[in-house]
Order: sequence, then structure tokens, then C-alpha cells
Amino acid sequence: MSKRLLILEDGTIFEGESLGANLDVTGELVFNTGMTGYQESITDQSYNGQILTFTYPIVGNYGVNRDDYESIHPTCKAVVVHEAACRPSNWRMQMSFDEFLKAKNIPGITGVDTRAITKIVREHGTMKASLVQARDEVEHQMSQLQATVLPTNQVETSSTTTAYPSPNTGRKVVVVDFGLKHSILRELSKRECNLTVVPYNTSAQEILEMEPDGVMLTNGPGDPTDVPEAIEMIKEIQGKIPIFGICLGHQLFSLANGAKTYKMKFGHRGFNHAVREIATGRIDFTSQNHGYAVSSENLPEDLMITHVEINDDSVEGVRHKHFPAFSVQFHPDAAPGPHDASYLFDDFMDLMDNFKK
Amino acid sequence: MPKRNDIKKIMIIGSGPIIIGQAAEFDYAGTQACLALKEEGYEVVLVNSNPATIMTDREIADTVYIEPITLEFVSKILRKERPDALLPTLGGQTGLNMAMELSKIGILEELNVELLGTKLSAIDQAEDRELFKELCERIGEPLCASDIATTVDEAVEIADKIGYPIIVRPAFTMGGTGGGICDTEEELREIVANGLKLSPVTQCLIEESIAGYKEIEYEVMRDSADNAIVVCNMENFDPVGVHTGDSIVFAPSQTLSDNEYQMLRDASLNIIRALKIEGGCNVQLALDPHSYEYRVIEVNPRVSRSSALASKATGYPIAKMSAKIAIGMTLDEIINPVTNKTYAMFEPALDYVVAKIARFPFDKFENGDRHLGTQMKATGEVMAIGRNIEESLLKAVRSLEIGVFHNDLQEAQDADDEILYEKMVKTQDDRLFYVSEAIRRGIPIEEIADLTKIDIFFLDKLLHIVEIEDQLKVNIFEPELLKTAKKNGFSDRQIAKLWNVSPEEVRRRRQENRTIPVYKMVDTCAAEFESSTPYFYSTYEWENESKRSSKEKIIVLGSGPIRIGQGVEFDYATVHCVKALQALGKEAIVINSNPETVSTDFSISDKLYFEPLTFEDVMNIIDLEQPEGVIVQFGGQTAINLAEPLSKAGVKILGTQVEDLDRAEDRDLFEKALQDLEIPQPPGATATNEEEAVANANKIGYPVLIRPSFVLGGRAMEIINNEKDLRDYMNRAVKASPEHPVLVDSYLQGRECEVDAICDGTEVLLPGIMEHIERAGVHSGDSMAVYPPQTFSQEIIDTIVDYTKRLAIGLNCIGMMNIQFVIFEEQVYVIEVNPRASRTVPFLSKVTNIPMAQLATQMILGKNLKDLGYTEGLAETPDMVHVKAPVFSFTKLAKVDSLLGPEMKSTGEAMGSDVTLEKALYKSFEAAKLHMADYGSVLFTVADEDKEETLALAKDFAEIGYSLVATQGTAAFFKENGLYVREVEKLAGGEDEEGTLVEDIRHGRVQAVVNTMGNTRASLTTATDGFRIRQEAISRGIPLFTSLDTVAAILKVMQSRSFTTKNI
Repeated sequence: MSKRLLILEDGTIFEGESLGANLDVTGELVFNTGMTGYQESITDQSYNGQILTFTYPIVGNYGVNRDDYESIHPTCKAVVVHEAACRPSNWRMQMSFDEFLKAKNIPGITGVDTRAITKIVREHGTMKASLVQARDEVEHQMSQLQATVLPTNQVETSSTTTAYPSPNTGRKVVVVDFGLKHSILRELSKRECNLTVVPYNTSAQEILEMEPDGVMLTNGPGDPTDVPEAIEMIKEIQGKIPIFGICLGHQLFSLANGAKTYKMKFGHRGFNHAVREIATGRIDFTSQNHGYAVSSENLPEDLMITHVEINDDSVEGVRHKHFPAFSVQFHPDAAPGPHDASYLFDDFMDLMDNFKK
Repeated sequence: MPKRNDIKKIMIIGSGPIIIGQAAEFDYAGTQACLALKEEGYEVVLVNSNPATIMTDREIADTVYIEPITLEFVSKILRKERPDALLPTLGGQTGLNMAMELSKIGILEELNVELLGTKLSAIDQAEDRELFKELCERIGEPLCASDIATTVDEAVEIADKIGYPIIVRPAFTMGGTGGGICDTEEELREIVANGLKLSPVTQCLIEESIAGYKEIEYEVMRDSADNAIVVCNMENFDPVGVHTGDSIVFAPSQTLSDNEYQMLRDASLNIIRALKIEGGCNVQLALDPHSYEYRVIEVNPRVSRSSALASKATGYPIAKMSAKIAIGMTLDEIINPVTNKTYAMFEPALDYVVAKIARFPFDKFENGDRHLGTQMKATGEVMAIGRNIEESLLKAVRSLEIGVFHNDLQEAQDADDEILYEKMVKTQDDRLFYVSEAIRRGIPIEEIADLTKIDIFFLDKLLHIVEIEDQLKVNIFEPELLKTAKKNGFSDRQIAKLWNVSPEEVRRRRQENRTIPVYKMVDTCAAEFESSTPYFYSTYEWENESKRSSKEKIIVLGSGPIRIGQGVEFDYATVHCVKALQALGKEAIVINSNPETVSTDFSISDKLYFEPLTFEDVMNIIDLEQPEGVIVQFGGQTAINLAEPLSKAGVKILGTQVEDLDRAEDRDLFEKALQDLEIPQPPGATATNEEEAVANANKIGYPVLIRPSFVLGGRAMEIINNEKDLRDYMNRAVKASPEHPVLVDSYLQGRECEVDAICDGTEVLLPGIMEHIERAGVHSGDSMAVYPPQTFSQEIIDTIVDYTKRLAIGLNCIGMMNIQFVIFEEQVYVIEVNPRASRTVPFLSKVTNIPMAQLATQMILGKNLKDLGYTEGLAETPDMVHVKAPVFSFTKLAKVDSLLGPEMKSTGEAMGSDVTLEKALYKSFEAAKLHMADYGSVLFTVADEDKEETLALAKDFAEIGYSLVATQGTAAFFKENGLYVREVEKLAGGEDEEGTLVEDIRHGRVQAVVNTMGNTRASLTTATDGFRIRQEAISRGIPLFTSLDTVAAILKVMQSRSFTTKNI
């Protein structure tokens, strides 16, 4: 195995062995604390452009299977692991972790102190990093890294470019794809929704013309303020159609109603985030992957906070006071992570049914 | 919800004496719970019969009762204390069962005592097979299909319904004897027929077989607001079928995809919500390795051994949180004590791998049945933390202290292929080593996976270890490879072996290339949040997180896994040493490898290193911490054994110096020391071969006590009466050599006693003398001990005090020592000296109210007795009488002989205290669960040489109304002497038990069994007969006495409780 370097914006360099595809990349360095679910995480489009560090030290134990993809073409930039399992074992396994990364053209590095990396990110916040072949030009690579401006069009590169249907017999739902996870479609399909998935920049007019029972605003990567067209769309459809937003969809829904978003120091990535539903006091463990959050300060009159993270009190869900619309920061669709909050999809069904009446 | 203010006083019931399946973990849980309740301002009353626990310290609860955990005594305490509530779920099955009994007789209702935590109805629902089945059916959780059969035909019918293979479990047989897996009806008929015969209730459970399924555990918690969390999940290396307490276990699960993980998480939470558990709970599940099929195996509705493991594996204190939940608090308002920032409503994220391996007693019980099944057999366990499977597994292996430093066992190397295959398929305690050996022999891991059903993922890790071994063998001194080996958990010793150099050489090369370990923190959150937990493990990585403080620091070595001879007593002493160090303003650093104990609770010490207790691992920490010194006196033989290598490496050993430790432990040096001090010992000599042993024995005179040097707990020790047996012993039991001599001592059949002494170098304090009930020949750990002595003259006591002083001063003891004496014909002899804290420290500390381990620690740090207000000599004796009784786990161990002798066999101890010896004895028997019926029959079957002595005892039994039953010889002798006795048939080696005394025992026709074998090696028939008789008594729970002294003691109790009937 050849040597690879993970170069951090703050100057720290980690040397490890190469894993996956053989290419040099630069992206935003983040960490995920899940102990399982690497296949779902890597294929989660919300990691678009990011270098994903797994805090759990052995990754790839059960290989990669045909079922657990969250997108067909993952756009995560690279992965950082302490150790990649060399002999995965699971009845559903199709290929090893390394084979998967190669097939999806994702480079990786193994044999590095992922806990130390996590602590750096925790202390300094998410930062740029490069994953490169070990060569004698580290300084050059460092200056290149520092000069790199990370793209802001992640949603564009993650979203579908054309609309497509996922037919079923139930309620008609338009799913606006900002980089959706298949699990959202799975949860809706499980409830027999007749789906049409549309690109992120579909206009309100086009959506309204489809006369859906509801609109699902999906998760996606990056800064929500980079997608102003979606904010405009939401402003126009809310009140006319029931809306359910997840993750980036939640941030966009909040922005559309006048809330502010901010970049978190190192985000929430993992699935042990405890979230309290304010109305009932119920606490669920939720799957999360976001680097931006909705600010609780100066929250517009029209929105009420429905969910908070119990440790940092960050906003985890809002509801419109007058319109049939709500959104959550976390993933009730799980995958990976606990299924505790899947009831929110049922709530969405009720919301659509009640609105119809 | 905030804590409840309507209750003020809470009673906690402990788990009693340590037995297999219920060990130190409940001291850890109970201690945490008591402290948590006190922290919240409640008054805590504690009942536990086990003095060797931290929880029974006065500082832990407000009021402590060391009394038997029986209805009689707990009711009495309830009436006296009138607590508002009782918290029953922290004292293991013992505490829980006691609470159930109390509830059933109505005393809780009568006294208006509320049960806190999980409701009894829920506990019933979880523990009663039928109720649990109903519950699971209702909530849609799958159990193994099963039914009870009372005839063979019934069994066949049930099996046809369920489908083969089928598991048969006979009801109430010892260790599940008679059960098995059947693939066909023919096999089923055979096994059930036999099983029904063995079962005292003629019942067999016929169950669907899930052999080959993965065994997965979830440690879950729930509060009264229905918040529920998974603290940790764990995956067994061994598939379903081996008790999880005996399995090698990894945390978190390793081969489960997220789908499977979440599916089982949902099932676990579904179950605890349905049960309405309030506190900790353990859910065991079986997962098909080829589909999403799973079965719920069982639920433990309380804190358990697994929850202690999960607490140590994650840092999340389950017992503490359970106690807080019990008083009404909810997880979202309790702060996570690890981060001190986040809430307890949190599912820990691990960024390391934890391995647990069980410690078995088969080094002591050579004839014990080593096959593993649903009956737990381990006495203790070790845990190790690493950044990969290989590292944590190998660290755990070398923590076991079974003489191996790698997954490499000589016996496995020596085994032929046939034995190797058998050992792989029929799971025994040492399977890991045979599987590893199979891989070394090139057997493909696919084949091994097929044979053993161990997941290939784990086998590949073993293969990886073997591959590194192979590379090391051909790449001597290669620095990159050395690094790889260290990252994968290889010990310096193993690398040295493969390189054919000394471990010191490996260590030197490691240090040269800076291949030294770093220490990572256990923080519950995978570094996502800043933590300040002083809880560390070593690994070979980039960043070291354990920062050396500027405080003066001292390292205390723990005692490793609990085994027979080295139990929780040593953890007690370790914890007290830490407390004393802290009181003196030192930073106390603990190194230990046992997840069950209080000493490995990170809140006890200033810094905890969860590491193997080997020279290498300890030395690495010393290199980093640069302590003032290391204390080795409290960690049993484990710590003492490290004194010499550490001292050689230039480490300062605090307290008694290594030369002096040697003078106590080395036979020749010790003999010389005794001669110099003019203290007599039983005549003896060392021998390095058979002929020398025979010559020495002839010189000394039979009987002789023979044993290898340097052993703990009397391993391989025997009393020998003649040359033939001696020669047999020399060939069978030991491999004597000049390096490993055997000791041949005159066996003086006198009264034994022991003392623990504390010495500051000039003055010696004896907190007390403990007299043993059983005469010399029964290991001191298996003897009942009485404090203060009841039969010694003042002269003898003075002599003991005098010898103790001379020995302590003469051996330059600084700190603590333990001395065993035998008194033979009014002459006091020293049998042995242990230059360290002994297993009697907690008992004696509690009955004398002298905090011995703390005091000894102060001596070690240079304080003196006088300044601390102690007068030298024997401390004043209080009015009460205290008895320590041993407790055994024979019911868990098939084929282990319960006959007491010089080899220690007990797993725990209980204490009884009262104003008279008889009352104290009664309590100690009750606390040890040796309950003698008030009337009935006593069966005698004794050796010829014991007949005379037995006669006197039998007479006394008859006098207070017991009937006598005896085998032929004994019966004839009794009759000759005018006693009425019913004669029963001997077994006489026969298969047929009908009409024999075994039937009498089985059908409850006798209420106690007295069986002695004498000192002469019995004939094979007599020996096996005796063994079968004892087994029968043990499995039927009938009091069994193998020492006439114990019989005399219980007789004393029964006499004091009965009235005589005498004509006038």
C-alpha cells in the first residue's frame, strides 16, 4: 500500500496508507461518531465535498451491500479511517469497503489517529484539508490547500437534474431533491406515497401544477443560503400545500420564513443526538448530519420551535403557526441510526389528510 | 422530574457472598448506588452479609448491617430501621429474590415500605418464563419456541411441532447436566429419557435450537418518563450456547450492519418499555448470521455483570444512574458524570474496541468439567481496551494471568490434530488458544468458521496475528514491523520469543525507535465533547492524552481478575490504599484490568489506567508518569510478583523492600530468617526431585504437607501419608526442578490461626487474631474463622503476638503482613508469612474498626503508629464474636470435588456477628446459605480413622433429636456404641443407585451429610463413591460437611437452639 498524507489547514499532517481510489482531493474535514452505518454515511449526499472522518476505529467490518445505499453516486470527497477491515463478514455483503471506495472513485486514508483528528476539528472547528499521495512537495500542497476556495454549489452537484416518478397508490408527494437520501423515499414509499422527485431548482409554479398532497423538502449539503431559488419556491407554496422539511430542507423552510442560519463550529454528525420534542417532553435519539443550524435568536413570529437538542439547545425542529408545515434538523428517516423519530413521517401523513379535509 | 422529597430513608440489599455468576460487580454497583443516593441527600441503610466489600464500609452508607440476607434477619432490620423505601435491583439476584420474598410475606406493606425502581410485577414478568412469553407475544418480539415435556412421547410431539434440531434442558439439574442438542427423534428420545431421570421434578424443556446464531447483548436503561437509552451493545465471539459470562465478548458489536444494530436496538427498547423497567436492564438476543431472523434469549431486569462491564467499557455509570432513576429523576435532568457537560440521556459513542475474557477456576479444579454451556463457570473476568480487535484481544489475554502473554498455549501446541479439532468443536474455556493453534497449523479460517460458527471476521483477526508472528520470525529487529506488532497488541515478551532475544532487548529497541504507547481517554463520546475523565488505556498512536500532572504521585497496582484465592478482598484493600493516599495529598494512580471492581471505577482514583498487570504494561505507565514509587502490597500475588522486575528496572517499591519480600516468600531464605529470629516452624525441607522428596519425608516423618514453592491459594498442595502416595504426587502433580522445588513439610494436625499485622519499621500493631474452626489441613481460605479466638490460652496469644512482632521487625516489614500459625500440642509454629495484605483484611478491618489498609498505606508513606494514636501490640478485643464463613460455588461446577483440603476451593465469604459464639456461628452459617434443618436425619459416611471422633458428634445429634443414618461400617460402629442408627447401602462403585444412600439424599430423606475421606489416599471405589455422594448432596442443596470441626460447630449452634428432653 502506498503512503498518503492528510494535510490540515492548520498545518497538521497525518501520514497513513492509501485506501480506495487513487486521487488527490481537497474538501472540508468533518467527523462522524456513528459506530455502524458507514455505507449509508458515505453515500449520504449531505457529505458532498467533505472529507469524512470516522471516529469508530475499524470501518468496513460488514462490507458493503446492495441495500444500504443512500444515493447511487456518492459525492463525499474522501474518507479517513483508523483501520479498514480486511476480511469483512456479513450475509448481505457484496464487496469490501476498499472495493466500494474504488468503485465509487472515492479516495481514503487508513492508519491515522482519527481521535486526534477529531479533537483538532472539535477544537478548531471544521477546516479545509487535502488528501494526497505522499510526495516531496508538502509545502506546495499546503499553500495550494490554503488558497483553495471550496465550492458553494454542492446542492446543484448533488440534486437530480430531471424530475422522475416513484409511483405508488397513495398520497401524491413532490419530493424536492437537494441531495436526498434514499431513506426518505423509502419511508414515504412504505406509507404508499405516490412520489415525484424534482430537481432542487424546480419553481413553485411547476410544483403547484402537479397538485400534490404534500411537498417533502429533503436533506442536502452545504450552506442553505447558497440555494436562494429554493427559499423563494418555499415562500410561494407554503400555506397552499402541506410541507415537511428534513435537514437542509428544514433550514430552507426556516429561512423562507425569515429565520437566520449560522455555521456551527463542528456540526452534528452521528446518531446519538438526543432531541426533545418540546410539546410532549419526549426524547428521541436521532441521526444527524449538518454543519449549519437555524438560529433560535430572533426567530420570526410565524415559526415556533418544536424540537431542541438537549445538550447544546440548538434548534432541531420548527412548525409554522398558521400553515400546515413543519421541519426537523435531524433525520427521522434514520439510515444510519436509530428509528426513534420515524413517527414524524406519520405526522406528515396526518397533516396532508387533515389539510385535504 | 426532580427527585422525590416524600422519602428520606432508603434501604439497599447487597448481593451477599461471592459465588460464580454473582461477583464483585455487585459491590461496584451497590457502592455506586449508595453514594448516588447519599449525594442526593437520602439516608441509606445497607444490608449485606459479605464483609469483603467496599459497600459495607461505614463511609458508603449511613447505616451498615453485615447480617445474613435471609427473611429472618432482613425483616428484623426493616422493623428496626423503618425505611421509607427499599431499592432491590442493585444487589444481583440475591437482592432481588430477597425483595420478592419480603414482598410476598407482606412485611413491606405492613411497614409501609415502598419498592423503588423497577416494579416487582415487571421483574416477575421478565423472570417467569410463561409471563415473559406472553409479553413477547403481545409486543411481537420473537422467543425460541419451547415447551415443557414430562414424558418422552410428549417431548417428541413438541419437537415435531418446533422442528429439529432441538435443545433439551432437564429442569433443575446441576450445571444443566443431562441436556443436549438432538438432530433426530432417536437422539431426542435418548436424551430426554436420561434427562427426565436426572431431573428431580421429571421435567425437560424442549426448545428450538438456535445454535450458530450470533449472541448479542444490549445494556439499556429507562426512566419513569419513558426515556430509554442503549448504553452499549456487545457481541460474543462465541456463538449462542456459551453463557455470556463465559464468552469472549467485544464491545461494541463488530459484525452487525447498521440495519441489524438498529433492529436489535428497537427490540431491546421495545421490551424494556413494555416491562416498564425503571433503571438498568440487560437484554440478550440471538441473531441469525444468514438473515434478519432474531430471537430474544432473556432479560435481566436489574443491574448485572454485563452492566458493570458496559459501564467500564463506555465510562457510563449504569448503577449510579439506576439509583437516581429509582428516586424519580429522569435521564434528561441528570448530568453525564463523564463529560460533566452533557446529559445522562445519551448513548455513548465508542472510539475503541473493548474485549472481555472470562477467568476460569480450572487451574485449581483440574478435574472440573471444562465444557462451556448455559451454566456460567468463570469466577472473574478481564477487560482490555485497544484501537483494534487484535490489540484489545491480546491485551486481554495477557491480563488473564494464566501464564500466557499471547494467544499461544503450550498444551495447544502439543495437541495432535484430533484433539485440536475436538477442542475447537466442543467449547471449553481454552478454545481461543486451540483455534489460534489451528490457524497456525494452516487450517483455513473458512473451515474453522464452519466448525465453530465463530464469525470469520474474528477468525481473520486471529489469522492477522499469526501473519504478524510469521513476519516477525523472518524479519528480526525490523522497526516498522515492530511498530505493526505493537499496534496489534503484541507483548514485548512474545516479540522477544519470536526474535529469540530477551524482552528487555525488545523494550530497548522499541524505545530507540520511539515505539512507545500513548494513552487515550475513555470519554463516552468519541472525543466529540471535551471531557476530563481520568480514565485511560494504552495504544500505539499519534497523540498522547494522558498528561502528567505536577502533583506527587504514587501508582497502586490492582489485583487483576477474580479467581479462587484472590478475590474481591484485594480490591477492597486497593481502594482503601487509594483513599489513604488521597488523604495524604498524593495523586493516586490505579492500574488494573478487572471490569467488575470498585477500583476500576474512574471516580475512585485520581487516574485510572485500564491495563494488563504485566511488567511491560506497568512499566510503560511508569515511564510516562514518573511516580514517587509503586505500592504492591494490596494487589495480592499479582502485584507482589511485579515487585522484583519493577525494582530491577529501577522503580522504587514503597513499603517492604523486595529483598524482604523474598525473605518471606523464598523457602530457604524464610527458613533462615525464622532460625535467626528463633521462631519454630513445622520441620520441612525442599526437594528438587522425587528421590530427594522421599528422603526428606522419611526424615521429617509422615504425614507431610507437600506443595510447589511460590503458589497462591494452596494450588497443588496435598497431605501425604506414605511413600507410595508421595511418589505418585511427584509424578502427577508437579514437575519439580532446581528452579521450581517442591516443599515437604511435617503436617501438624493442630489448630490454625492467622494474624494480619501492620508495621512502621519499629512498632507492630496486631488488629486481631483469627482462630480457625477447622484444624490444619483445610486451607485457611476455606476455614471458618472466629475473632477473637475462643480456645487459646493467654500464653499462646502472647506467643503469637511475640512471634508476629519479631517477624514484622525481622523481615523489615513496612506496611502489612499476614502470618499463619499452627498450634500443636500447645506449641506455636509459623506456617507461612505473606508480606502483603491478605484476604482477611476487610473482615478484620470491619470487626476491629481499624482501617487496616489505610493505616498500612500511611506506614508505607513513612508515618508511624504512635503518631497516629495506635499502641503497639494486640489491639483491644471487643465484646462481640465474629465468624467468617467460606462460601462455595460447587453447584455451578460439574465434576469438581467439594471435599475440603489444603487447596482453596471457596469463591466468597460471609460474616456472622453476635454476642455469643453460637449465635455468631448460626448467623454465619445462615449467611453462607448453609441452613441446617431443625430436625430430621443426619447421614454419616466417614473414614475409619474418623469413626471415634464422629461417634461423639453423632451422640450429640441424637441427643437433640436428630435421627442417624450411616453406611455399613459407620453404622456398625455406632450400634456397637449403643446408638440407634438406620443403615443404608453403600454405592460400592456400582452404577445402580437404587436403594443406596444416594437415593436417600436425592429424595430428601436426609437433612445433612457428613462425609470424610481421612488422610490416607482412599481406594478408587471409596474415592469415587465419596465424590458421588458429595455431588448428590451439593446438587440437592443439602448441607454437606467434609470436616468434623465444621460439624462440631454446627452442632454447637443446633444445641444452643434446642431444648433437651431428659427423664428425671
